[in-house]
Amino acid sequence: MAIEVRIPTILRNYTGGAKSVEGAGDTLAGLFADLESRHDGLRERLMDGAGLRRFINVYLNDEDVRFLGGMDAPVKDGDTVTVLPAVAGGMH
Amino acid sequence: MRYDSLLDSVGGTPLVGLPRLSPSPDVRLWAKLEDRNPTGSVKDRAAFFMVASAEKDGLLSPGATILEPTSGNTGISLAMVARLRGYRLICVMPENTSVERRQLLEVYGASVISSPAAGGSNEAVRVAKELAVSNPDWVMLYQYGNEANSRAHYETTGPELLADLPLITHFVAGLGTSGTLMGTGRYLREQVPGVQVVAAEPRYGELVYGLRNMDEGFVPELYDESVLTRRFSVPSADALRRTRELLEVEGLFAGISSGCVLHAGLALAARAQEDGQRADIALMIADGGWKYLSTGAYGGTLEEAETRLEGQLWA
Repeated sequence: MAIEVRIPTILRNYTGGAKSVEGAGDTLAGLFADLESRHDGLRERLMDGAGLRRFINVYLNDEDVRFLGGMDAPVKDGDTVTVLPAVAGGMH
Repeated sequence: MRYDSLLDSVGGTPLVGLPRLSPSPDVRLWAKLEDRNPTGSVKDRAAFFMVASAEKDGLLSPGATILEPTSGNTGISLAMVARLRGYRLICVMPENTSVERRQLLEVYGASVISSPAAGGSNEAVRVAKELAVSNPDWVMLYQYGNEANSRAHYETTGPELLADLPLITHFVAGLGTSGTLMGTGRYLREQVPGVQVVAAEPRYGELVYGLRNMDEGFVPELYDESVLTRRFSVPSADALRRTRELLEVEGLFAGISSGCVLHAGLALAARAQEDGQRADIALMIADGGWKYLSTGAYGGTLEEAETRLEGQLWA
């Protein structure tokens, strides 16, 4: 088992077009470091210094990681991490 | 109940229990029925406050033109208020929104300018901002950054909820402009120590997230992370399933964003039940299901409904 990471269209040039990739780590920061070792440049697009970029949202099992400890949020095998750009969305 | 005019009847909506969906008498779900507002959605509150505030600030004079990026409810609410106050309304709306919304705007006499489907409301915001620059006499109320939007909820929705549910433990609402969550959330946090303010955000198909570059990303100016305690992203399949559950189990015919809110609410309820804690969870029912009938959300199998919804802005 690993952690499944879903990648949005706009960042798939870092994953060879793959919609989702697998990674490992104990925290979100660790997971991103692991991903970076195979997908060069991806971390830089997700993070601005030590934190997430303003227009990047990351969900751990459908919950926003900013409310789960941010980059220190604990992750484990079997989790699903979804990366999405922040958009205005729908019907307002 | 008697009111002097339709505008005077905005707000004051019922809070009804959802006994069949609640896990136990100690962990209860409550629905705030915003479809009972004059044009059938929570946005009547924001529209009324934004127009009143612009009038007070001298931005709107009789015959003025209001411009707003909106994919539906806010436009419909503004169209009603504009008609009553004598303004012209132009809505910039993504082309991938349901036909009922367009029809309703036309019924109220508003004009609609379509923005490209790809990029969703981001595009509508961009197009509206361009139009505002080239038409300096038009007044853009701009719901995403207008403090009167969240103030409407600070002054009305919040106090109504607290009056009806003094022991409220959680407030769950859809995240769009963030006005409902910010205003209601701030009020409740001031009044109820430890209250949880939870956002349920619709997750759309890939088309909606199809930005050309990251700089096109968008966070509403009103959004303040510190007001929230948790934020869930709800896939359309879950939102649809819960929308039908509301209808089948509690007889509540709600829009799809309410399914999104119920999904988050049920997760919170299950957690409270597991932990043996009492909970009174208020769910925002932003609108009824009428405007979504043509999306096919309520008929056929869930898989069929999900396929039909792909690429549409459903909340």
